[in-house]
Order: sequence, then structure tokens, then C-alpha cells
Amino acid sequence: MAQRIDVKDLNIYYGDFLAVEDVSMTIEPRSVTAFIGPSGCGKSTFIRTLNRMHEVIPGARVEGTVAMEGVDLYGDEVDPVAVRRQVGMVFQRPNPFPTMSIKENVLAGVKLNNKRISKSDADALVESSLRGANLWNEVKDRLDRPGSGLSGGQQQRLCIARAIAVKPQVLLMDEPCSALDPISTLAIEDLIAELKNDYTIVIVTHNMQQAARVSDRTAFFNIAGTGMPGKLIEMGDTATMFSSPTQQATEDYISGRFG
Amino acid sequence: MSTTVEHLPGDSTPGQDQDRSASVRAMLKGADARRKRTDRGMTVMVYLAFALAMVPLISVSWTVLSNGIERFNLYFLTNSMRGVFGGIDAGGIYHAIVGTVQITLAAAVISVPIGILAAVYLVEYGRGLLARSVTFFVDVMTGIPSIVAGLFAYALFAVFFGPGIRMGIVGAVALSVLMIPVVVRSTEEMLKLVPNELREASYALGVPKWLTVVKVVLRTSVAGIVTGVMLSIARVIGETAPLLITVGVIDSINNNLFEGRMMTLPVYVYRQYQQGYVPCAADAADCISTINFDRAWAAALTLILIVMALNLLARLISRYFSPKLR
Repeated sequence: MAQRIDVKDLNIYYGDFLAVEDVSMTIEPRSVTAFIGPSGCGKSTFIRTLNRMHEVIPGARVEGTVAMEGVDLYGDEVDPVAVRRQVGMVFQRPNPFPTMSIKENVLAGVKLNNKRISKSDADALVESSLRGANLWNEVKDRLDRPGSGLSGGQQQRLCIARAIAVKPQVLLMDEPCSALDPISTLAIEDLIAELKNDYTIVIVTHNMQQAARVSDRTAFFNIAGTGMPGKLIEMGDTATMFSSPTQQATEDYISGRFG
Repeated sequence: MSTTVEHLPGDSTPGQDQDRSASVRAMLKGADARRKRTDRGMTVMVYLAFALAMVPLISVSWTVLSNGIERFNLYFLTNSMRGVFGGIDAGGIYHAIVGTVQITLAAAVISVPIGILAAVYLVEYGRGLLARSVTFFVDVMTGIPSIVAGLFAYALFAVFFGPGIRMGIVGAVALSVLMIPVVVRSTEEMLKLVPNELREASYALGVPKWLTVVKVVLRTSVAGIVTGVMLSIARVIGETAPLLITVGVIDSINNNLFEGRMMTLPVYVYRQYQQGYVPCAADAADCISTINFDRAWAAALTLILIVMALNLLARLISRYFSPKLR
């Protein structure tokens, strides 16, 4: 399932504004890669280029290549809609569809695409996805209730279930726990640890302990000042990054001394 | 375990505690008499304004109801004015109901798709000069006097069918000129209310943009769109002037939108009022001198009831479609 992503010389623009400059990195399959860095340094912007969600914003564009197993996702013959089916995404704020029940939310990727699915297949997909998101036991008796009636942590796991129901190769998570309490956060972190057996996972987080707990590799982004582009400062194994980073800026950020 | 709170060393004695409580109480008491006066004054004004706004509403409802209820019956609703003359105690509005319902429906069939698609374009696709000019002209259209819309529709059809053309569909086109900007505006506002996160959630599942618009954006806002459409219908169903020009007046039933004059409720009301008192001979048995006014009031009552029924229907539909929390 999981695929490897190679990013080379990527510049990301909003109109004329260069938001992120010259990023090159490799994201390993079946692992968790964490992006850390101060607010506004381009982590979220960068993660959104990995499934071409960046270009949804008017005027946004990229230069450089993002290759999945050698195929450039920004190539001419590549359909952004197909990219997003292979590279799923979970957002900062839980965003279940308010008009849909829990079950319909999980099946959203199928239903919204007008694909036909037999009832038994649909039920099986709902159960496996919700089990995959550690939510099945909590909602199995109320699958036809609205998804927005769940708690924040449950909603976020519902969004993860919805994302993995499309069976993507890669799962991007943009600060998935920032709106959640510690217990829900723990549930999501446990889930990430399970999901990495099947998926390539990329997570943006402001919580350094979280990055240290869940990730195998960590990338540190930084920004020189307002109006300047964000840059990838350093990337390495999480253990190394948190114990002996090679860059002074990384060490300052991780230890809480900067500026 | 004891639950009493111990006084820590250095804490104050009970006497000092009381002094402090007293000063805090004085601080929190809210001795701001001026603010309280203003609050009371504003409350009175708000209630007065509300009562004042209710006066015309209640007055209109009462007048129409008390004047119209007398002739408002099944006979009145199911008969036309064919062969009715003078002050005879007969005649109804069936032909006008047929005309109003058909013409308004046709106007809705024309304007709702155009209006919703235009709003989708403005919110989801439109950029730059074209979108700005569409917005501008929609605003201009909102201000078109209804008589001008009527003249426009008449002139348009006169080009093809010659002068003097009168058909239901011409009236429907005139009404849709008035309706489209209302539908565009209200739908636009509703689409803007749909959080961007839902669009992104849909894109991130690999759903193409057009399906996202149809199945997420429109589906989420359908309750508000229905309400807007119903309001726009209520706005045009009482139009008189454009229909007088484009559809004309007739006393008998015409079920064909595409041929000949039709009667409509507002025009009927106007027509009856215009005819005024009937001079009855002193010994005439079957002559009511106020019959025309009575019919006008009853028709007005019918029109109000139709609008109310439409509003109730809109509420039911929007409740059915609106997102539920539990």
C-alpha cells in the first residue's frame, strides 16, 4: 500500500509571494514523518502540496517536483483529483459533513463520487474503516445519527475513518490534535502508531512531545522573518533530531530557546 | 479527612475578612444609575418599535379577513367570471387562481435554475471582470421597476409575435426578470455560508469540483436556498403592473400559458376595484351594489392565503433538509 515520496527543489507560491523556498526531502513509506516549526513557517503550506490541495487556493502554485515512486504528481498527465484519492488528508479542525450520518460520512469518498457499492460492501467498508480509526465500538449503535453529534475527538477519528475508507497510499495530517483534549489526542496518537503499518503518514504538529512520541523522522521548518519564505532547516531520524541536531536553530527551537 | 479550609500563617483574621467583603460588595453593587436608566429606556423603545411594526401587519390582516371572508367560499374559488355582469350575486376567481399559479410557476421554472447557476458561478468559479460585472448587473436588476420588466417582456415577444401579443408566458418572463436577482442574491449568501473546510474535506477525498459543488455545497445550503426561492416567489406573486401589460384581463378560464390572455389574482383585485359600485335599481332582487369590492377583498384574502401556504411549505422543506445535530 504505502508509497515513498521524493520532493525536489520545491518552491511554493501564493501569487507572487514565495511562501516556502527550496524544499527537498524524502518521505519514507510505512513510517511517520513529522513536520515541526514555528507558526507561519510553511509546514501546512508544504503538506498541502503533497496532495495538490495547495492549488485549490486561487493564485497558488508550485515549482519543482513532488514524486511518488518516481512519478511527478505535478506532471502534465496527472489528474489532481486522482492524486487526492491516493494521498488522503485530515485537517486541523474536524470537518464531518453536517448533512450526513456517521455512516454516510465514512462512505463519503464513495458516495460523493457517484460510485455504486453494494450494501454488504458498504457495511463492511464502514466497519473496517471505523475499526481502523478506533471508533467502531463507540458509534456502532448509532451509525445513522449525524456525524456532527459526536465529540471533537470522535469527530476527528471519524474524519480519519473517512480518509482511510478511500484506501489512500499516503495519509497527511495537518495538526490533527490541536483542537482536541489530551485523552482524544492520545487516542489519535495510538491510532497513528497502528496506521503506519499500512500507510505512509505525514503529520504537522506544534507539539514537540507529540512529534517525539509518534514520528520516525522529523523535519524542522523555520522562517527568517515576516514576509520571508519558510525553509526546511533540517531533517533526520526523530531520535537524532531531538538529541543532537546538527543545526543550532533546530536545537534552539526544540529546547525552547530561540530569538 | 477534614474539609475545612485552614488559615495559613499570615492570613488575615476574621474581622479583617469582613471589612474586605464589605468593600468588595460595594465595588460589585453596580451603583451605575445612569446605565440602568438607559437600559430601561432602550427596552421600552424596543418594545414600542415592535408594537408599531405590528400595527400595519395586524391591521392589513384584519381588514382583508373581515372584508373578504364573506364571499370567500367554495363557489367563489371554483367559478370564473364568465357571463357575470352587473350586480348579480355570482362570479368567482377560479380563472385567476389558474393564471396566478401557472404564471408564477413558469416564472419560477425559468428563474430558479438561472438564479442558482449564476450564484454557483459567482461563489465557486467566478473571478475577475466577468464575475464583478455579473454582480453589478444583478444589483442593477434588483432595482428594475416592475412595470419596466413588463414592458421589456412585452417588447421582446412583440418582436416575434407582433404587437398586441398577450400570453401567460410573457408574464412569466416579466416576473422572472424580477425574480432572478432575488434568487441569485439569496443563493449567493447561502453558498458563502458553507464553510470552506467542507469543500476541502471533499477535495481531499478525491471528489472532483463539480461533484463537490453539487453534493456538498448545494446539499449543505439547500435549506437556505429553498427559503430564498420561496421569498422570491412571494415577492412576485403579488405583482400587478407587468401582468396587466403582458397577460391582460379575461373573464373566462384559460389553461394555456402559450395562447391568449389569462387572469391573475392581483390583476383581478385591481379590475374589480376599478369597476366600483354597481348602480342597482331600487326593486332589483338579485343586485348587490358592493359586489365588486366584495370580490376584490375575497380575492386579496385568497392571495394572502396562497403566500402563507407557500411560506409554510418552505419551512417544512427547509426543516427537512437542514443539517441535524443529533
